Amino acid sequence: MNRTRANSALFWSSLLACYLLQLMPLPQALLPLKPYWLALALVYWALESPERVGLGLAFVLGLLGDVVTGELLGEHALRLCILCFILLRFRARLRFFPMWQQALAVFALLLNDRIVLLMVRACAGEPSPPVTFWLAPLTGMVAWPWLFLLLDDLRSRLRVRES
Amino acid sequence: MTRADSAPLFTEGTLSTLQLIGYLAVAIALMVIDHRGNYLARIRWGMSAAIEPMYRIAAMPSQLANRTSLALADREKLTEENAELSRQLLLAEASLNRYRAVRAQNQRLQQLLDVQRSLGIGVQLAKIIHVDTDPFRHRVLLNVGADQGVQVGQAVIDAHGIMGQVIEALPNTATVLLITDPTHAIPVTIERTGMRAIAHGSGALDSLELPNIPISADVKVGDKLITSGLGGVFPSGFPVGEIRSIRNDSSGMFAAAVATPSAALDRSGEVLLLHVLPDPVGPPEAASLVGPPASLAGDAPSSSAPAASKP
Repeated sequence: MNRTRANSALFWSSLLACYLLQLMPLPQALLPLKPYWLALALVYWALESPERVGLGLAFVLGLLGDVVTGELLGEHALRLCILCFILLRFRARLRFFPMWQQALAVFALLLNDRIVLLMVRACAGEPSPPVTFWLAPLTGMVAWPWLFLLLDDLRSRLRVRES
Repeated sequence: MTRADSAPLFTEGTLSTLQLIGYLAVAIALMVIDHRGNYLARIRWGMSAAIEPMYRIAAMPSQLANRTSLALADREKLTEENAELSRQLLLAEASLNRYRAVRAQNQRLQQLLDVQRSLGIGVQLAKIIHVDTDPFRHRVLLNVGADQGVQVGQAVIDAHGIMGQVIEALPNTATVLLITDPTHAIPVTIERTGMRAIAHGSGALDSLELPNIPISADVKVGDKLITSGLGGVFPSGFPVGEIRSIRNDSSGMFAAAVATPSAALDRSGEVLLLHVLPDPVGPPEAASLVGPPASLAGDAPSSSAPAASKP
């Protein structure tokens, strides 16, 4: 009981941290490189504790993201739902991939997310974004192993302390 | 590994495509509704008590970094900065003197013309909060909001020119759309010739685009752009930018110019919110009676001179 509570504390605080990271300012030149932190955290939790993560959670988290960033309501929700669906479909395979293959899979997911975003923006009648728009999945791929190791380490520490 | 016990090993069965379609449909419906009616602003207003602290927290690291660099700035740099600032002060003082002279002259001329209405510009100082909601949209957040009297549509300027307009006012924060945002357009006139044009945001912080200028129009590199006051959002006469280059567009029918914004859009700091509202859209009011100024007309037997002008 206590352990699950500690685990869910980690779960929610990691998501909150991702919202803050998403809002964090960066120097102008680095802005397009900012990874989609929320998606990365969602990927981690969907891989490691799928009983928490479902399409409903992805949808709600996306709506929260929309409210926080003040974009079109439903944009993040759509993106995270699609991401979560693909991820849960291939979860059984992805979990046992070595780290570099996992990172490549994350890259593919984030690239797909960019395409979805491009379609949404195009439907809203916005001009096509610059080339730097496509850089974020790359940094997401680079950030993935570190996020994975960090969260894994935190979880194992919790487990040790509880037992 | 008791963790995996509760979770099924193969999740394919539990995950239905129908569910996905349902969620996607809801998301798309929300987007369409929001795109038409902009309900998100109202939701954000309702949740502002939760959102605004998040913005402040997210901005903390960069504030900390700024303060640290300020604390660590070495003596030489400070001396250099001091010299630079005192030179700028001198320049500012000189131009201020000139401005005072011009203002005095203007006052005299206005009195001479018996102009009743003098333009009082109310401004409000605001600070930019360092939060980035989307790197591909040019928006900034200000630390004042509706509780401090900010309204949607107010023009935002800095010391050099127009920065943008307020598009959303939460109780204690306001969002400003910069003039370089790809979805923004601002009516301008070219100061030298008075030609009207529309400057679109280009998506890059250092350029504005002016498409569809007639080829025969008199536009040169270095021409200053000022707001025209048309459209009813920006008051007229504020600097917007300077023409940087002109070329023919792909159709060959029009010229397209690129301008550099006057305002320092990429530099953070303080901005001013204009309180003066632009000229209302529509026909102007009827002109008042033409005649000599009231002070001169005082002793002439004229029925049109207002009684209040006599002491």
